[in-house]
Amino acid sequence: MKHRRWLVPTLYIIFLMLPVYWLLNMSFKTTNEILGGFSWFPADFTVDSYVKILTDPTWYMGYVNSIIYVVLNTVISVAFALPAAYAFSRYRFLGDKHLFFWLLTNRMAPPAVFALPFLQLYSALGLFDTHLAVALAHCLFNIPLAVWILEGFISGVPREIDETAYLDGYSFPRFFTKIFMPLIGSGIGVTAFFCFMFSWVELLLAKTLTSVEAKPIAAVMTRTASTSGYELGLLAAAGVLTIVPGAIVIYFVRNYIAKGFAMGRV
Amino acid sequence: MRKTLNNKAWFMVLPVLLIVALNAIVPLMTVVNYSVQDTFGNNLFFFEGTRWFREVLASERFHDSLLRQFFFTFTILVIEVPLGVAIALTMPRRGFWASVCLVLMALPLLIPWNVVGAMWNIYALPDIGLLGYGLNWLGIPFDYTQQPVSAWFTVILMDVWHWTSLVVLLAYAGLRSIDDNYYRAAQIDGASRWAVFRYIQLPKMKHVLTIAILLRFMDSFMIYTEPFVLTGGGPGNATTVLSIDLVKAALGEFNLGVAAAMSIIYFLMTLLVCWLFYTLITQGEKE
Repeated sequence: MKHRRWLVPTLYIIFLMLPVYWLLNMSFKTTNEILGGFSWFPADFTVDSYVKILTDPTWYMGYVNSIIYVVLNTVISVAFALPAAYAFSRYRFLGDKHLFFWLLTNRMAPPAVFALPFLQLYSALGLFDTHLAVALAHCLFNIPLAVWILEGFISGVPREIDETAYLDGYSFPRFFTKIFMPLIGSGIGVTAFFCFMFSWVELLLAKTLTSVEAKPIAAVMTRTASTSGYELGLLAAAGVLTIVPGAIVIYFVRNYIAKGFAMGRV
Repeated sequence: MRKTLNNKAWFMVLPVLLIVALNAIVPLMTVVNYSVQDTFGNNLFFFEGTRWFREVLASERFHDSLLRQFFFTFTILVIEVPLGVAIALTMPRRGFWASVCLVLMALPLLIPWNVVGAMWNIYALPDIGLLGYGLNWLGIPFDYTQQPVSAWFTVILMDVWHWTSLVVLLAYAGLRSIDDNYYRAAQIDGASRWAVFRYIQLPKMKHVLTIAILLRFMDSFMIYTEPFVLTGGGPGNATTVLSIDLVKAALGEFNLGVAAAMSIIYFLMTLLVCWLFYTLITQGEKE
C-alpha cells in the first residue's frame, strides 16, 4: 500500500491535464482538421492561430486589457485591505463583528445578480468601458477576500512587536511599512495571488462593463466565435494563451502557496 | 488574542467600507427597487408591493431551478471534499515533487471561467472530443447536447476538474501545519493509519476544511459562466441552475421585476447558509 501512494495524485494530475492537452492539441490544428475527425496529434502541424493572435491588435489588446485591470485590481485590493485587516486584527471597535460579516457577504453576492445594476452605476459615474471600472467592480469580491486572508496572517504576528516598535519611537506609518509589512510578506503574496486569480477568471462583470477600449480577452473570444462562425483552432490557441499568465503567476508563488497557506487563514 | 478597544480603528476600515459600499449598496438598492415595482417602459415605474416575490415563490420554474441548484451543489461537495482530502493526504509532503504537484494542481484554478467552459465543450464532444469519443468508444452512449444525464455528468465532472484543487491546497496547508513530533508520538504509541487520520490530521484540518466547504458552497451556488458556455442550460432546461435562469429572466425576457425578486431570494438564501458557516468558524476559533 505504502509504495502505491503516489498513484492517487498522479492519476489526479493526469485527469487535470487531459483537457489541457486536448486544447493544446487543437490549437496546433487547422479548423478543417479539427472538424474532420478524432485524432490524438495534429497531422498538419500549424502555428497560424498563434501568429494571428499575436499580430492582430483586436486579439492581443484583449490580453493587455485583461492584465491592466487585473493588476490594477490586485494593487487596489491589497492596499485598501491592509489597514482594514490590521484594524480588525488588533482592535475592538463599534460594530466590528457586523462589519466583518457584512464584508464577507459581498464575497457571496452572485455576479449574475449585480450585472445589470453595475452597468447602470458605472455608466452614471462615466467610467463605462474603462479599466478602472472593471478593477473597481472586482473589488466587490476581492477586497472582502483580501481582508479575510490578511487578517489571518496579521493575527499570527504577536502584538509585542507592535508595542516594542512604539517604545522605540517609530511612528505608525513608518512602523507599518518598514517593520510590519515585511513580516507578513508571504501573507501579502498569498493575498495578491488570490486577488489576481479571482479577477483574472471573472468574466461576467468584466464583459458587462466594457465595450471596445477595455474589452477583456475572454469577451474577444466569445465575440469571435459568434461573428466568424466557429474558428475552433483560433479559439483553442486563444484559450491556451489565457492559461499562460496564470501559469507564470503560479510558478512565482509556488513556495508561498505551501508556506503561506499554512500560516494564514486560507 | 486580546484586543484593545479603539474606535479610531474605524478610520483604517473606512476606505474599504467606502469602496465596497459603492459596489454593494447602490446595485443592491437598484435590485430592491426593481423587485417591488413594475414598468411600462419610458422609465415610468409604479409600486407593486410583494407581487413579484409571490409570483416567483409560487412558480414551478423557480422550484425546478432551485432543486437543480441544490442537487448540483450537494453533488460537487460530496465528491470534491473527500477527494481533495484524499489527494492532499497522499501527495508528497515537501520537496521538489510537492512543488510540482502544487503548480500542476493549481493550474485549473487560474483559467478564465469561459475558457473552462469552452475547453470542456470541445473535450466532451462525442465526435472530436477526447472524453466524448472515449466514452462512446467504450460503448457508453454519450452526447451531452442531447441527453440530460450526459449533460449533468459533464457539468459535474467539469466542476470536479475545476475546483477539487482548491480543497487539495487548503487541506494540504492544514496538513503542513502539523508538527512532525505528532507523527513520531503516534508511531511510538503504535497508532493505526486510521487513528492518525482521525485524531491528528482531521482535527488540524477542521478549520481549513470549513473554509473550503464555505468557499465551494458559495461559488457553486452562484456558478454561471462554465455551465452556460458548456451546455447553455440545456438540453431543454436540464442543466439550468439558478444563475442561468436568473440571467434568462433578466436579460433574455426582460422580466426585471421577476428577476430582481429572484435575485433577492437567491441572495438571502446564500446569506443564511453563509451566516451558519461563519458562526461555526468563529465559534471554532474561540475554543
